[in-house]
Amino acid sequence: MADIETRTAGPTLAVAAETINTEQRSQLRLALARFVRHRLAVASLVVLLLVVGFAFIGSMVWPYDHTVTRGVPSSVAPSWDHPFGTTTAGQDVMGQVMRGTQQSLKVALTVAVISTTFGALWGAIAGLYRGWVDNLMMRIVDVILVVPLLVLVTAVAGNVRGGTTWWAVALVIAAFIWTGTSRVVRGVVLSLREQEFVEASRAMGSTDSRIIVRHLIPNAAGPIIVAGTLAVAFAILAEAALSFLGFGIQPPDTSLGLLIETARTAPFTRPWLFYPPGMFIILICLTINFIGDGLRDALDPRQTMVRR
Amino acid sequence: MTTADTSAPADLDVPLDVEELTVAFPTDDGLVRAVRGVSFHLRRGEALGIVGESGSGKSVTAMAVMGLLPETAQITGSARVLGRQTLGLDDAAISAIRGKSIALIFQDPLTSLSPVYTVGKQLAEAVLAHFDVRREQAWDRAAELLDIVGIPDPRQRVNAYPHELSGGMRQRVVIAIAMANDPDVIIADEPTTALDVTVQAQVLEALETARAETGAALVLITHDLGVIAGHVDRVCVMYAGKLVESGSIDEIFYTPRMPYTLGLLGSLPRMDQARSQRLTPILGTPPSLLHLPPGCPFAPRCPLAADVCREHEPDLVPVAGGHAAACHFSDRLIEVTPTDLFRPTATDARVLAELEDDR
Amino acid sequence: MTTPLPPAAGVVAPTPSPVLSARHLVKHFPVRTRGILKRRIGVVHAVCDVSLDLGVRETLGLVGESGCGKSTTARMLLNLIPPTSGEVLYRGTNVTGLARKQMQPLRRDLQIVFQDPFASLDPQMTVSALIAEPLRIHGRYADGGREQVQDMLRTVGLNPEHGNRYPHEFSGGQRQRIGIARALALSPRVLILDEPVSALDVSIQAGVINLLEDLQDALGLTYLFISHDLSVVRHIVDRVAVMYLGRIVETGTTEELFTSAGHPYTQALISAIPLPNPHKERARERIVLTGDVPNPVNPPSGCRFRTRCWKAQDICAVEEPALVDRGQGHPVACHFAEVRPEII
Repeated sequence: MADIETRTAGPTLAVAAETINTEQRSQLRLALARFVRHRLAVASLVVLLLVVGFAFIGSMVWPYDHTVTRGVPSSVAPSWDHPFGTTTAGQDVMGQVMRGTQQSLKVALTVAVISTTFGALWGAIAGLYRGWVDNLMMRIVDVILVVPLLVLVTAVAGNVRGGTTWWAVALVIAAFIWTGTSRVVRGVVLSLREQEFVEASRAMGSTDSRIIVRHLIPNAAGPIIVAGTLAVAFAILAEAALSFLGFGIQPPDTSLGLLIETARTAPFTRPWLFYPPGMFIILICLTINFIGDGLRDALDPRQTMVRR
Repeated sequence: MTTADTSAPADLDVPLDVEELTVAFPTDDGLVRAVRGVSFHLRRGEALGIVGESGSGKSVTAMAVMGLLPETAQITGSARVLGRQTLGLDDAAISAIRGKSIALIFQDPLTSLSPVYTVGKQLAEAVLAHFDVRREQAWDRAAELLDIVGIPDPRQRVNAYPHELSGGMRQRVVIAIAMANDPDVIIADEPTTALDVTVQAQVLEALETARAETGAALVLITHDLGVIAGHVDRVCVMYAGKLVESGSIDEIFYTPRMPYTLGLLGSLPRMDQARSQRLTPILGTPPSLLHLPPGCPFAPRCPLAADVCREHEPDLVPVAGGHAAACHFSDRLIEVTPTDLFRPTATDARVLAELEDDR
Repeated sequence: MTTPLPPAAGVVAPTPSPVLSARHLVKHFPVRTRGILKRRIGVVHAVCDVSLDLGVRETLGLVGESGCGKSTTARMLLNLIPPTSGEVLYRGTNVTGLARKQMQPLRRDLQIVFQDPFASLDPQMTVSALIAEPLRIHGRYADGGREQVQDMLRTVGLNPEHGNRYPHEFSGGQRQRIGIARALALSPRVLILDEPVSALDVSIQAGVINLLEDLQDALGLTYLFISHDLSVVRHIVDRVAVMYLGRIVETGTTEELFTSAGHPYTQALISAIPLPNPHKERARERIVLTGDVPNPVNPPSGCRFRTRCWKAQDICAVEEPALVDRGQGHPVACHFAEVRPEII
């Protein structure tokens, strides 16, 4: 037996040996750091906040609102008094865009939240249970998808009270669009449920609801967020169509979509009626999209980040 | 892209010669030095085993020699197959070498087998490519090869598609194709890792048969020391991208002279011994190849580590005849067993506590 | 309520009152056609008549290759899969197919560690949250839960300060330790270890094996150790049951099995495990089986191993051999059981 001097190693052996290569931070700070790294998302967040400010705070400051007002000249091209010009009826377009943005944002975000939450839960339950439950739930989804939105609305419109408020139209759109989210989430859950960590949770005695809420949905956060951002874009445009058809926001109230619809014939003759609301729709959809990208990255702990 | 080195004569006695091979991959986080100067020589008909755990760089070495690494990989050094340099060759040139002089066997047989052709067809094609025979003879040879590698009902299996066969059978088909090509070197990268133990035995036996029939040299890359013990003549041990020990099989297994090798042997449970001793694990984890500290990469986990180890990385120097080890203290390891050097503990924290108590 | 059980047929050295028992467990998975009306076209005979006993503080090894049914058996023991027929008894009480609510308190006592250290930990939960989950589920977190989580981390050799990190930041061996810590959080009596070290590097395996041994001594645990690696099994296990295609073909103490295995499959298995000892490797007798494992949808009649067995005779196709002692000192399910000493 040789005589080996092992004491020379010392405590540095053990301490150096058991290392992990990242620096420690709290979960929230890490998520924030990941979001911030996504420069496009941060820029979009700033722009979106500006848009929101413009819509809600701007309307309190701006002298003109969206209604027909005395003293407002009609059909005037953009000028210092009226940066977005005026309509034939004598409304200041800037005031209109402010009000329109408010209403569109309210509808779009309400739709996104309701449809995403409901759709995610529906899809997760269907994906987890499979069998006849899954079959039934997905057939319901198929039926809803088959029925065209507008037919659904006209059928509903006559019966719903307060059909002209923004939250009614938001509910109707949400009732249609949650199906897309549910399909996506079901797909993700079908693969997740085979993972051992779900089995581990069961072996500990988890209830199904715990597995859905604590394991499946958080792991499906990426697709859910993407579905949410798409819902926003869809909602703004769907609201426009519905309002134009008479269900939803009606004049004298206005929304971005309604502004676009009424200015449909104007792009060449009076472009100031068409392009400002159009630009705002695009801005909102794009910024929400990029913010969604950033959120998706922020919530995924596997993103390699901040290694020293 | 350099043209093939046709001026050097084909050196039949050294089918594979690797000299100071380095491979680095640029990544978002920095440069990953997967292989840091590896040299070995394979003699005709010899079997060489390259042993290492995950992250040691053993698979990357083989892929570099074969030109299978992505374009972004930075490769330096030399790798000669029968005297011809393979590094830096363009696709056509290296494809000619692959298959003819070198046969490759990967962990997943489906990488080497085409899913749309029957096994027989792939075998027959290989035979036809290297021998001037008629079609029927090629098919006969295909069935014969399947029989040689131990596949039952070869006449029927010849018409099977790869996905219809089990993993072990597929791997044996790959070996059969390798035999059909009559190569000078067979490189097998973890050929049995994904297979059940009894199937592993079948595949390894087929590999031995292939070697006997073709007289090819073998490079067997694996983490399984048991597989190495039974199938190779010489062994190279890799750690963190470098060779840390090389020698004959008896030298490595019975008289290792590098602490990592010793630790590896001590951490294996033995099926041939009644349970008498605790295992001696190697504490800690292999280093990150991104930020390798200076000095010996094994130093943080080595019981013999001293300051010189952390400053100068030891070279692979001969310690006795053909036996070489990369350790400043290799002479201290003569007649040392793993339990002399490593503690039979379960957790690093406990070692810390024990050492605290000892003070 | 807890009457002493008669020992399971074919289980050697029956323990007086086993902690966990399986009696004639059978599991058939239906094979269905695709489409709306899924017709059953076949059945996968995953587990066919498996009985075993787990004694207190002992380690029972369940050995076999892929597809032999060992993982399915383990999951039936934990009531994660309902058996097609047969019973599972925990400390004398029949727990087969219990509803989730009744099973809940038993889940504290029976825990499992999985094979894949990557997939068995939820990637978006921190390590502390993962270990705390069983405590939360059973309402034990409020009272000193945080300290307990840190304690568990220390016990398995990890730094408690790393609790805020995510699984992907750890190495494979460290993740497996996290899995073990999670399984121990509720102080179980029985731990089922499903190939716990198979996915780890060799030098890391040893540390985890030592840890499991230490924990068993310190906490008085009973282990069901599932593995295909006989070297690890010999090192850590007291008794072994060898499975092939859903049946137990041989059982015995570890010593008995490795020195005097009687079943041809056991012998082939032992022979196939390579030894890291060149002289012995070259001197050993090698048994190489022909053919592949048969399809479990259509297992061979009689003895299931006969299609690959060098001793197969007519009787093997007709009569399924019973798991009884045939002169080797432990139960073997083979008509022609015979010891072969040179395989190790």
